Amino acid sequence: MSESIHFSTKLIKETVAVDPQTGAANVPVYLSSTFHQKDFDHYGKYDYTRSGNPTREALEDAIAALEGGVRGFAFASGMAAISTAFLLLSAGDHAIVPKNVYGGTFRILTQVLGRFGIDHTFVDTTNLDEVEQAIRPNTKVIYVETPSNPTLAVTDIRAVVKLAKAHRCLTFVDNTFMTPVFQRPLELGADLVLHSATKFISGHSDVVAGLAVARTEELADKVYFLQNALGAVLGVQDSWLLLRGLKTLDVRIRKSADSAQRVAEFFTTQSEVRNVFYPGLSDHPGSKLHAEQAASGGAVLSFELEDEAAARTFVNHVQLPVFAVSLGAVESILSYPPKMSHAELNEEEREKAGIGSGLLRLSVGLEDAEDLIRDFSNALDFVRNHEKVTVRSVD
Amino acid sequence: MASYKTETKLTQIGNGFDELGAVNAPIYLSTAYKHEGIGISKGYDYTRTGNPTRSILEKAIADIEGGQEGFACSSGMSAIQLAFSLFSSGDHIIASRDLYGGTFRFFEILSKQYHLSFSYWDGENLGELADLVCPETKAIFIETPTNPLMHEVDLSAIAKITKKNELLLIVDNTFYTPILQRPIEQGADIVVHSATKYLAGHNDVLAGLVISNRTKVTEKLRLYHNSCGVVLDPFDSWLLIRGLKTLALRMRQHQENARKIVAYLEKQPLVTKVLYPGKGGMVSFELTAPDYVEPFLKSLHLITFAESLGGVESLITYPATQTHADIPEALRLEYGLSNSLLRLSTGIEHPDDLISDLNQAFQTLKEEVTAHE
Repeated sequence: MSESIHFSTKLIKETVAVDPQTGAANVPVYLSSTFHQKDFDHYGKYDYTRSGNPTREALEDAIAALEGGVRGFAFASGMAAISTAFLLLSAGDHAIVPKNVYGGTFRILTQVLGRFGIDHTFVDTTNLDEVEQAIRPNTKVIYVETPSNPTLAVTDIRAVVKLAKAHRCLTFVDNTFMTPVFQRPLELGADLVLHSATKFISGHSDVVAGLAVARTEELADKVYFLQNALGAVLGVQDSWLLLRGLKTLDVRIRKSADSAQRVAEFFTTQSEVRNVFYPGLSDHPGSKLHAEQAASGGAVLSFELEDEAAARTFVNHVQLPVFAVSLGAVESILSYPPKMSHAELNEEEREKAGIGSGLLRLSVGLEDAEDLIRDFSNALDFVRNHEKVTVRSVD
Repeated sequence: MASYKTETKLTQIGNGFDELGAVNAPIYLSTAYKHEGIGISKGYDYTRTGNPTRSILEKAIADIEGGQEGFACSSGMSAIQLAFSLFSSGDHIIASRDLYGGTFRFFEILSKQYHLSFSYWDGENLGELADLVCPETKAIFIETPTNPLMHEVDLSAIAKITKKNELLLIVDNTFYTPILQRPIEQGADIVVHSATKYLAGHNDVLAGLVISNRTKVTEKLRLYHNSCGVVLDPFDSWLLIRGLKTLALRMRQHQENARKIVAYLEKQPLVTKVLYPGKGGMVSFELTAPDYVEPFLKSLHLITFAESLGGVESLITYPATQTHADIPEALRLEYGLSNSLLRLSTGIEHPDDLISDLNQAFQTLKEEVTAHE
């Protein structure tokens, strides 16, 4: 394919898997779990849906092309993708993981993989010295989430890859927040890209799914072996829905990111907001680095109010966003990380990761930015008045 | 629902759930659930953790298998992976020797990469089984009847050994289903299913189920199911519920057809052995020579040559190169899985049509054999 075409064109081209039998422009939903073998000695491409399914494969081929890898893999959830990827390691191996990693990844490392002899060290991956110091002779993987969840800290993918290569480690990057529209870690040298495709890639809050894309055939073979052997594959109907969501990814995430930039700028002007975390703001500590490796600040931001009471007042008075876990959907989603995505961390671990008790995370959807800003402005008025009421009652 | 018979429970799955009165439970595709405020939810917050459609399925299978709680997984293998996430490096497991090839392959990964150790038991001698138990042993994993040699194992006797030694008894109940066998009633702690097979029954869903009957184990499984995320999606959960409603009827027909086919096969001169435990829809049989396998399969018109089992359509499998290809040949031959063995998953077509398809294939084979003599 010509390299000169735009990503938005490539997105459509790669997600249109024409059916060879009928010419249907949309891949059929092949629910069949098994496939008849015409020849005794030479089995066809498909024999059993866990091992390979035409609908799932259309999705896997599309994400591989979009991330610039050799092969894609669809899993039953983002955590199924991540846990299968960590099972590339064996007992006695070690992984370096960001200390503010997604709570679900934290949980599987600490509660499951440790019992199988896979060791880990949590570091601040934005600090390369800290990453380098954590490398041991048995380190096999450096795991990166950038920007991080929920404080949007930025890690230098190229620099981590350089360190990893010097020590014969693999680099895994969770690209959920950026998607290949804004950031393509394999082009920066990473070995494996992981997605909670439940988020922007699916984009409609109607599919739980995970994706992985490998940069080399050698790694792809290993991931395929585990995908098939362990069987944490994505269901066929959901594979089809995900492919359907993928077609509008570019327009969705661009619109959401534009609005996120405006909402973030609005929050910086509000006295009730102590801190705004968004890599598209020029005073964000990682903004320059982020601009070098990604094309946008993305559609997720976090902001900090004074305390839990202020967060509660804000949540109780917003009208537009749903208050729920998850992110990356057509509807704006507001969440409270201390009790939702990062509830697995205790208070001390949360404070260390920069997750204060007044922190709220906002995934900006496709509503009009002005409507969102008006809604937030109104909710902040309640926070302000609530504070006054509190002060008065103390008097 | 505990007082109803299994057939009644099966047909009623999901009925009564919906507040609008829908008899057939809706498919909840939503991944996120609105919270009324901080710390207030209606029991669901994220579909990986819990989904209303999947919950209906999980509650139903737990009730039908007689366990505490069920967990729906993305495949039979991920169900087994979930059950084995209970163990750690250094643990020892005893498993049936005659085992599905994919399970054997998974055990190989666990032993080579994560230093769990496995001993295999032939399924016959209970004294030998007790001798295999060592201080590191954590569980006994049984498939009964075994796949593909169709050997029935005495679960109650094994449960005595697991109880005495404080081990977990894990039983793969894929072949018999709770219609013919309820392992928890015989003392098992965990039941696993490749629900892709009889439970779904239509060759259109890939799914697995784990049912636990021990409180501590149930709590851990709930944590790992959510943590590792090997969950079944809502659409497939719904299809599986749909399949379960006819499970009792289908199993009855599978079994009736299988018994007729067994009686037919036992009279065939080109068949040396018919392996059938007397129950269920799975029949294995051995031809007089491995060379006959290919021409025989080629001559079948109605019965489809394909992997998998338990669907409404009859499928025939050649374990040596399909389902059990991951087991080294020498090991296979040693325990009796020969290169002449075929495994038939009897469908619910009319038995006369299935028998005449087999009969014309044997006629063709006989003519070829005679022509070469």
